[in-house]
Amino acid sequence: MKSLRALSRIGISGRGLVVSLPYLWLLLFFVVPFVIVLKISFSDIDLAIPPYKPLIEWVGKNSLAIRVNFNNYAFLFTDPLYIHAFLNSIKVAFISTLLCLLIGYPIAYGIARSTATTRNVLLLMVMLPFWTSLLLRVYAWIGLLKANGVINNILMNWLHVIHEPLTMLYTPFAMYVGIVYSYLPFMILPLYANLEKMDWQLLEAAEDLGCRPWQAFYKITLPLSRNGIQAGSMLVFIPAVGEFVIPALLGGPNALMIGRVLWDEFFSNRAWPVASAVAILLLILLVPFMMWYQNVQARESAGAR
Amino acid sequence: MNYRRSYFIFTCLVFGFAFLYVPILSMVFYSFNASKLVTVWDSANSPTLRWYASLLHNDEILDAAWISLKVAVINASGSVILGTLAGFGLARFTQFRGRFTLNAMTTAPLVMPEVITGLSLLLLFVALEQWIGWPAGRGLTTMTIAHMTFSMAYVTVVVQSRMATFDTTLEEAAMDLGALPIKVFFVITLPIIFPAILSGWLLAFTLSWDDLVISSFTSGPGSSTLPMVVFSKVRLGVSPEINVLATLTITVVTIMIVGAGLWMSRAAKLETAAD
Repeated sequence: MKSLRALSRIGISGRGLVVSLPYLWLLLFFVVPFVIVLKISFSDIDLAIPPYKPLIEWVGKNSLAIRVNFNNYAFLFTDPLYIHAFLNSIKVAFISTLLCLLIGYPIAYGIARSTATTRNVLLLMVMLPFWTSLLLRVYAWIGLLKANGVINNILMNWLHVIHEPLTMLYTPFAMYVGIVYSYLPFMILPLYANLEKMDWQLLEAAEDLGCRPWQAFYKITLPLSRNGIQAGSMLVFIPAVGEFVIPALLGGPNALMIGRVLWDEFFSNRAWPVASAVAILLLILLVPFMMWYQNVQARESAGAR
Repeated sequence: MNYRRSYFIFTCLVFGFAFLYVPILSMVFYSFNASKLVTVWDSANSPTLRWYASLLHNDEILDAAWISLKVAVINASGSVILGTLAGFGLARFTQFRGRFTLNAMTTAPLVMPEVITGLSLLLLFVALEQWIGWPAGRGLTTMTIAHMTFSMAYVTVVVQSRMATFDTTLEEAAMDLGALPIKVFFVITLPIIFPAILSGWLLAFTLSWDDLVISSFTSGPGSSTLPMVVFSKVRLGVSPEINVLATLTITVVTIMIVGAGLWMSRAAKLETAAD
């Protein structure tokens, strides 16, 4: 008994050691940075390195001055560009999520209802693009969509349906295609993980009782896959709101997305405080969705046990 | 409903996979095109390996690839250690102070827009440099730390979900027989979750190798990674060498995925044979 107690004591102190390393790491490199972003979002822009003024300063010998500057936020709310970019990002992310769901659901369903061998092959085929660089996959669409690109070539020279090349690259259309294409695996995989656990006998029972296939789907499959739909949608929606690469490469100069605005404020204008304020507002916007996602995950893993 | 007869689902699968694969295959196809215009097929001189040879002599891309490789390997190894500890802790210790926070801190990076993570880490590095003089400037170190921070979250999820499905009685038995918790971890737990750790390593490697946004924020002069070089080239339009690079990437990934698939199906067969 004595040794057991000693063991448990070692176990408990061991526990602390096991968790404290990743805990401290994330605290320092994931949580503290947000505090600094918040701080800098309240400071003045300065022509110095780094390009912002300190928030707290010694004035004279014994007095400390704290200068909290709301100008960056006021600026974001007065210039219509930023509000437009925020609203546009939400719109683009929402429509993309919906499209991913519409395209991804039948695929996930089809995979979940295949035989074991086919299922594994199809799953690996969904994962393969996910393991290949996002940048290169977005680049592939430039080649497909540009004026002398693959699609225009086929339409003009092979099928002869058009005589002038269609303008597709650097349009909102190209941006939607790029986002849906890049995020589709993030929708399919959680949906599949959820549908895989479905009891298909429920559908048979419903049909025996006279339910039409579409009715059975609507009344049984769809409600039971709610967690998968929510998890997949959050995995697409949240990163898509702040997406930078796809609008920058496919969207053209008018594709106003907030991730791109943040990037330009930071790299082109060197306006670090403004970029920080954009980041804070974006974060405030996304935190409810992140909490929602975490809830769904907790429900999923509780249901799995 | 007979699934095999559902033409609707079958059509969706065919079109869905065509949508996923046509862009990838088009890059492979046009990597053999002699024309500099990439998508205008030069039938007189193609197919050719001209751009493959030219990529091998492109020092800018090769140097960047070397930097990316270094960062990716260190990042993967570091995040596997941190992620395994976190995943193990979250799965096994159901009650400890800070569990909720740790859980939130390992879930949030998965969905956090990269521009926010990148900006916040850069501002942290700048502030740290002002306060304690470390890290002196930005470069490989800052970039690796940044990559580890988001990669470890992915490793945590992979390890945690593997831990959730395996039998704890083995660990308990070893514990009852008097093995110290640390020995139990290395002799029992680690071998069982090793496949998860390996896939976590590969995932962390890939995430780092592909990352553009967070690297751009946290890298310094002279430490441009491969995605940063590719991005600056791609911004100006298509380039045949990028098609070659894409083809090589796809080849490596395909070999790895098919290998992993075969290995997994063999392991599954062995398991069913043992039952």
